[in-house]
Amino acid sequence: MTLHPSQLAHQWSAIAGVAALAIAGEVLIASAMRDLGDLDNHRTGPGLKGFLGPIKAVLSSVKFLIGAACMALNFFAMLWALSIVDLSLAAPAIASLTYIGNAICAKLVLGENVDRRRWLAVLFVCVGVVLISK
Amino acid sequence: MKHALKPSQYAILITIMLTASVGDTLLSRGMAQVGAVDMQHLGLLWRALFNPYVILGIILLIGFFASYMTALSWADLTFVMPATAFGYVVVALLSRFWLHEHLSLYRWAGILLIVCAVGFVAGGPSRTEHPEEPHELGLMDSGAGR
Repeated sequence: MTLHPSQLAHQWSAIAGVAALAIAGEVLIASAMRDLGDLDNHRTGPGLKGFLGPIKAVLSSVKFLIGAACMALNFFAMLWALSIVDLSLAAPAIASLTYIGNAICAKLVLGENVDRRRWLAVLFVCVGVVLISK
Repeated sequence: MKHALKPSQYAILITIMLTASVGDTLLSRGMAQVGAVDMQHLGLLWRALFNPYVILGIILLIGFFASYMTALSWADLTFVMPATAFGYVVVALLSRFWLHEHLSLYRWAGILLIVCAVGFVAGGPSRTEHPEEPHELGLMDSGAGR
């Protein structure tokens, strides 16, 4: 299948857009959870009722709500992207891009110490995802 | 610094690996039974909510989201990410041993790479600690100088 360059650009901007939404969502949610700290400390008591504390804490975080909205948008954007890109290209491409973007943003935005073994893991997962979807 | 995860925290990571992949597999099974949903047949989405596979899939994915957020409350995003990627391995292994699909050499290679990636990250610390870690190193240096 040969594609016109403009079609190709269209497909890859759809892939990049979906990945960007996923990255924004994951980084925002991770940042929200980092701010909250260990959810066990938010437990209000024993049993199922004790989970109300963590749920309330999470739902009152603005970062979490924006992140969750990004994830929801990402879901619908993914459905739209699948109408212009084949699943066999879209799934591994979006997964790999999201993975790399998450690692870069975790370092730059969240200030995580992404050491050599974590970069190596990012590389391995990206290649692995592409191979698995072959 | 080595990370010391509690058994309950290991359980959360394993839950992440299993629920995401099995939940997705159940959803795709259920939706295959329901049929193709498009703009003219949005009513099918409502019917899908009564499909047992879809119901179970949704429950598992809610469990995934809850455990994913719990993990992020005590671990780095880059630490939890390989655990979610391991879901691909679980799906591939499920399709091999449960659905008896053939796995190509490429897929086995992909599985191996992701397993290695999980190994790399699991061998390191789970959380970046910001406050005054270099201080400790300085003390150790002065000790060595004596």
